Amino acid sequence: MIKRITLPITKDSVADLNAGDSVLLTGTILTGRDAAHKRLFALLEQGEPLPVDIRGELIYYVGPAPAKTGYAVGPAGPTSSYRMDMYTPALLDRGLKGMIGKGARSREVIDAMVRNKCVYFAAIGGAAALIAKSIKREEILCYADLGTEAVRRYTVEDFPCIVAIDSRGNNVYETEPLRYRDESILPCDVPKP
Amino acid sequence: MEFRTISAETVTAAVKKLFMDCNYFIGGDILCALQKARENEASPVGKSVLSQIIENNRIAAEEEIPICQDTGMAVLFVEYGDKICIDGDFDEAVNEGVRQAYRDGFLRKSVVSDPVFDRVNTRDNTPAVIHTKIVSGDKIRLTAGGKGFGSENMSAVKMLAPSYGVDGVRRFILDTVFRAGPNPCPPIVVGVGIGGTFERAAQLAKKATFRPVDTCHADPRYAALEDELLAEINKMGFGPAGLGGSTTALAVNIETAPTHIAGMPVAVNICCHAARHAGTEI
Repeated sequence: MIKRITLPITKDSVADLNAGDSVLLTGTILTGRDAAHKRLFALLEQGEPLPVDIRGELIYYVGPAPAKTGYAVGPAGPTSSYRMDMYTPALLDRGLKGMIGKGARSREVIDAMVRNKCVYFAAIGGAAALIAKSIKREEILCYADLGTEAVRRYTVEDFPCIVAIDSRGNNVYETEPLRYRDESILPCDVPKP
Repeated sequence: MEFRTISAETVTAAVKKLFMDCNYFIGGDILCALQKARENEASPVGKSVLSQIIENNRIAAEEEIPICQDTGMAVLFVEYGDKICIDGDFDEAVNEGVRQAYRDGFLRKSVVSDPVFDRVNTRDNTPAVIHTKIVSGDKIRLTAGGKGFGSENMSAVKMLAPSYGVDGVRRFILDTVFRAGPNPCPPIVVGVGIGGTFERAAQLAKKATFRPVDTCHADPRYAALEDELLAEINKMGFGPAGLGGSTTALAVNIETAPTHIAGMPVAVNICCHAARHAGTEI
């Protein structure tokens, strides 16, 4: 079953989501990746206000390709989330409601998600042309000097993703590979000489 | 001795076309491997992910837009004929081709000038990484790829002692893929370089990722190792997009070179399912 969610995401709909659920998001989301996170985190460290209100928002880890003439946005698939791990707990503690990215997260991020009742969605890496079909509009909010890494607001319709880690800390990246792992696998630790 | 003169513009135009083509059109070998993987994938989610990847690649080719927003750092292997004369600077002609492809082809500019301190985007995706080898003849053979860094970041080099033998090589490759887990956009192509020196092994591994996935090493012992490693990797269970399944890799490609009596360097260069490369001859 596919769950449709209208943004901004509510406390109740976050609580209803379980790891592994297929979801279609409609509404607006923020974007940001490495360089923008570094700047936002530095502001938080200095106790300065952020140039964008993150409370209640989802942030999509993406650095889009430019929009071809006649297109609203360029291809925009997720980037690897772990690179944002060191900045993420601070953003969650300040009211960010969730993230969209791909790949594993650190223990610290998952703890901050559980503490703040947040959700982490996975989009399919490398499906950028397909994903862009569900992004209808973009607006640069800040850090335009970063080019592809600027913070944008995307208006999305039926943006496809999967609940990778839910608000209770259930994590498909931990559970699902185990279901398909063959225990006869050869050892892959490199022994000491 | 007769020299053939090639204009710098010819090189620029060829490079521009290669980078636009490889970012829009996935190779037939990858497409076949993805379709075969979809048939055999054990996980329903994995099957759905593979269908979406195949559909994504169809949209990209039809609309001539990038397969992935990470259109990569430009990498070129050049076989440069020794009877060629270029009326200009060869590396600059190549970089101009990259500049034009990324500008006119709506490709993402992903290169920063300084790796540690400044990290300012060069805004034209240059400079390219150019590996040039002089060969005999009057042709230039170009093999180009846009290398995304989601998978590049999961790569590793290890200087193994010869006593580790094939078991050590196997363990290091599997260890690298296992550590990468769901991050490098599986199903991946695993490029392996064994032998040479520290840097030669890494270069061979990159070259291995450019080799079509329906080919194997010429030496049957390495070809068997490629098959065995692929089977082992697909037992790990990461699956398409790392969401669980029986297709973690599409291929393991090994390239080898002579090495020192004291060493057995092994490099593992991981490439995502959007394994983009294209070649041409001038």
